[in-house]
Amino acid sequence: MIIYTTEVEDINSFYTLESLKEVYGIIWMLVPILTLVLGITIGVLVIVWLEREISAGIQQRIGPEYAGPLGILQALADGTKLLFKENILPSRGNTRLFSIGPAIAVISILLSFSVIPFSSRLILADLNIGIFLWIAISSIAPVGLLMSGYGSNNKYSFLGGLRAAAQSISYEIPLTLCVLSISLLSNSSSTVDIVEAQSKYGFWGWNLWRQPIGFIVFLISSLAECERLPFDLPEAEEELVAGYQTEYSGIKFGLFYVASYLNLLLSSLFVTVLYLGGWNISIPYVFAPELFEINKINGIIGTTIGIFITLAKTYLFLFISIATRWTLPRLRMDQLLNLGWKFLLPISLGNLLLTTSFQLLSL
Amino acid sequence: MSEFAPISIYLVISPLVSLILLGLPFPFASNSSTYPEKLSAYECGFDPFGDARSRFDIRFYLVSILFIIPDPEVTFSFPWAVPPNKIDLFGFWSMMAFLLILTIGSFYEWKRGASDRE
Repeated sequence: MIIYTTEVEDINSFYTLESLKEVYGIIWMLVPILTLVLGITIGVLVIVWLEREISAGIQQRIGPEYAGPLGILQALADGTKLLFKENILPSRGNTRLFSIGPAIAVISILLSFSVIPFSSRLILADLNIGIFLWIAISSIAPVGLLMSGYGSNNKYSFLGGLRAAAQSISYEIPLTLCVLSISLLSNSSSTVDIVEAQSKYGFWGWNLWRQPIGFIVFLISSLAECERLPFDLPEAEEELVAGYQTEYSGIKFGLFYVASYLNLLLSSLFVTVLYLGGWNISIPYVFAPELFEINKINGIIGTTIGIFITLAKTYLFLFISIATRWTLPRLRMDQLLNLGWKFLLPISLGNLLLTTSFQLLSL
Repeated sequence: MSEFAPISIYLVISPLVSLILLGLPFPFASNSSTYPEKLSAYECGFDPFGDARSRFDIRFYLVSILFIIPDPEVTFSFPWAVPPNKIDLFGFWSMMAFLLILTIGSFYEWKRGASDRE
């Protein structure tokens, strides 16, 4: 059999076309990912600004006002300043752990955003193990904090890192048990399915009413996972100077801030998705979804409304956690661990038991 | 499995994002002179007393040991919760036995004072 060179060239060109198609597929996949990263970066900047403005409001101060209108650009200005700051490596520390630590904390939290549905089809990866991926990945963050605490070779940092790890793992079990109850109710651990299970009956269909105990336990545990006040023991500034961040300067210090605010945004988004019906317009008897055909057709308007509703619910919870910061005093370490192990864990186990029994009764 | 493709790409992108952030200051950041006091560990302005790699409270260690048992148990109960057909009596009671063991273990460690912090 003779193969002419032109045929070979044809085959080759087809081959390159096919491979080009794959390359285009990958590039096309990059677009939503970069949009997501950009979106959550802007989200973090907004949260930083909101936190400053709300804190100022609570303490009757003025807050940021010079950078941009109403001080909106304050967070951006701070971030740019941190970029130009000197990068100090402690002389006796472990440089490698010291540098990788903040990056690991950020990476693990960034990854968890891939399973959040912002609108009805607007999700990076609709996995059937979506919420499980979040639980698995979010437990990597304390490793990063522990690494940075250990790598600094500073007593404050070391204690802060230990506290961060102990706190995260203590509150992870109640958190996971609450999520387990939710996925038992929805018979799925895909975030999209969980939201769709809450789409009927307006806000009466929210998991909030079917899981009131779980909701409260989830809220407390997610606050503790974010290391926000009243659970900010790892960086308690009166005892440990700044916890695991003590030795950091420049952008690595900024990365810790990015990680903590990303974590806050993520927890609020998950509260919205798990308990508050995600992107649904949750008004009973007003069939707004049918009116705008949001749940049926994924038009641009419907998607935009979905995003808007998700973010509105999310920012409500961000507001609650920021207001909590200036309302409640900090716990002691033993109180914190007792709350986790002796209160939240039995309660969330009981909640799981209740949920299972009701599922069995509704058979 | 195609829904995992964005995840795997994202798995590459997110380290890149944080590494770019880590690398960005190198051309710009100021590099003033360094001296030993600047690079030493911060201890309220004093010279650091000893090394941080010393003994620490055993209770942090205990917490992580306590964590190891319940966490896989909870993780392994996800396959039980998720299937689309509802759980029947057999599934219910087998899970209850599982949870009972977990509860007995937690109760035992509570009574033994493993989670006490005096």
